[in-house]
Amino acid sequence: MTAVLALAVEKKPARRARAGVFLRKPGFLIAWLYVAFIVAVAFRPGLFTGQDPYATNPAASMRAPSAEHLFGTDVYGRDLWSRVLHGSPLTIKATLIALVIALVAGLGLGVVSGFFGGFTDSLLMRVIDVLLAIPGLLLALSIVTALGYGTIPVAVAVGVGIVPGFARTTRAEVLRVKTLPYVEAARAGGASWGRVLLRHILPNSWGPVAVLAVLDAGVAIIAIASLSFLGFGAAPPAAEWGTLIADGRNYLVTAWWLSLLPGLFVALLVLSLNHIAKTFQELNR
Amino acid sequence: MIRYIVGRVVQAIAVLWAAFTLTFAILYLLPSNPMQLQLAAAGIQEDSLTPDQFAAMQHRFGLDESIWSQYWHHLAGVLHGDFGDSLTQQVPVTELIGQRIGPTLLLSVTAAVVTLIAGSALAFLATFVRWNPLRVVLTRLPALGASFPQFFIALFLIQFLSFQLGWLPATGTEGVPSLIMPVLTIAVVTSSVLAQVLIKSFDQTLSQPYVVTARAKGLSRSAVHLRHAFRNAALPAMTILGVIVGLTVTSSIVVETVFTREGVGKLAQEAVLAQDVPVVLAVVTLAAAVFVTVNLIVDLLYPLLDPRISHTPEVVPV
Repeated sequence: MTAVLALAVEKKPARRARAGVFLRKPGFLIAWLYVAFIVAVAFRPGLFTGQDPYATNPAASMRAPSAEHLFGTDVYGRDLWSRVLHGSPLTIKATLIALVIALVAGLGLGVVSGFFGGFTDSLLMRVIDVLLAIPGLLLALSIVTALGYGTIPVAVAVGVGIVPGFARTTRAEVLRVKTLPYVEAARAGGASWGRVLLRHILPNSWGPVAVLAVLDAGVAIIAIASLSFLGFGAAPPAAEWGTLIADGRNYLVTAWWLSLLPGLFVALLVLSLNHIAKTFQELNR
Repeated sequence: MIRYIVGRVVQAIAVLWAAFTLTFAILYLLPSNPMQLQLAAAGIQEDSLTPDQFAAMQHRFGLDESIWSQYWHHLAGVLHGDFGDSLTQQVPVTELIGQRIGPTLLLSVTAAVVTLIAGSALAFLATFVRWNPLRVVLTRLPALGASFPQFFIALFLIQFLSFQLGWLPATGTEGVPSLIMPVLTIAVVTSSVLAQVLIKSFDQTLSQPYVVTARAKGLSRSAVHLRHAFRNAALPAMTILGVIVGLTVTSSIVVETVFTREGVGKLAQEAVLAQDVPVVLAVVTLAAAVFVTVNLIVDLLYPLLDPRISHTPEVVPV
């Protein structure tokens, strides 16, 4: 009983400290708010803009940013702010698909490799070595060549590209946790290997993998935007962020906002994700 | 030692072969058919060709053979330095790459040199400066640099240096001025990656006892930092040289497209747009070869530079 009480008492300051992080690190809070905003936008873009992203208005083309058009208007007079917001679902969806592929395949490979060891381990790690030998964007390019263009192929290509990193990190963590006393204790207590793996090893190797997932979300966003910038993304008039930035490139002389504002929008998101991941790393240390 | 070197070289060749095979499998085994992709890209309906014409075209590119014979054919060709013919432009792939490798080599080598200088200088300053606000800014700078998408940096530079100030040409392959912005674009990202690793390594080195000893003997901070800490801090950073070269090579795709430089990176982008499978295979294999070679060289040089290590640590990718 006293032990339980002691635990309950101990937990409270820990929780307060967690909330205090936001106060001590305002940058962390801002980064979280920005990411939350983008996620909200990705699900309900209409909430944050009253303008139709596809409505053309030749009379109001190439307007500079103003209160009415936050990001200005493009050559057809379409409101760029609403086009960026309505582009979010595509890019965020692609990012999530890429991350899910990387997490499932990477975790699977890493856990199997670290847990079974021996021949399986060396075989899987050689496969990872080969994947790592092909620079990420080029691996993505060959997958896009084979699968064709569009949001899904790009997402798959980027996801496959970040699998090796996940597999390696997971493997390293599983190897570390596997030798800890509580795993031995659980085994001695009669738990099956499956149970030990799911209840003891996985939850405890999760930390660094989660940090890597946040970091890789940023990497994936850059890669997806780059691929759609190169012209392999969704077909027009749907606009991913990369496509918007690429389109604006042709009007850079007269209308800098067409490329640079959506670019800044993307850069801030990646910066926020990196900052969150970095703060997590510092807190876990 | 000889045994280690031979083993490491054989391993590098095996990895390279596997990378080629994997890329071949992705490009030739996935549901798409290179012939159909090709016809679609050229805007030709498959039905509009007579079966004879279709068969002739397939034969022309060796696509009527079985996948195994195509693979052996390709592998044998690659070993002889022949990557087959481009599907869109009727010339050998090696010729296409040969015409365009010059600007890319120039860009990559210059960018790598700038990266080494800028990355080391930033890491050096970030750990040497004592005034805290500046130190914090310098330490955070690499994280900022690595967060910006390269095409954004490129477009920002074009807008600022070409259109606003008119100092540099926005596009082109000719002359030194056209090289400055592409190199800057690549170097911002790669030197950030390098500086992040170096700063960490510096912090560890500076807490070593021999640094305290050197200071206690009366050496100045700068002497200790330059002569004692720098060389030891730079060693672990060598392992990410391969990653940096890989980044430089992949960056050239986006950068050459933005700045319209006629290099291999732009060739790769055009090849993917036209679904020119042999060209894509060749570029990917070439990039993998560069990456594997740099890692091999780093691995073999490491024990020579750091005598404490008799065997070589694995290159940890970022």
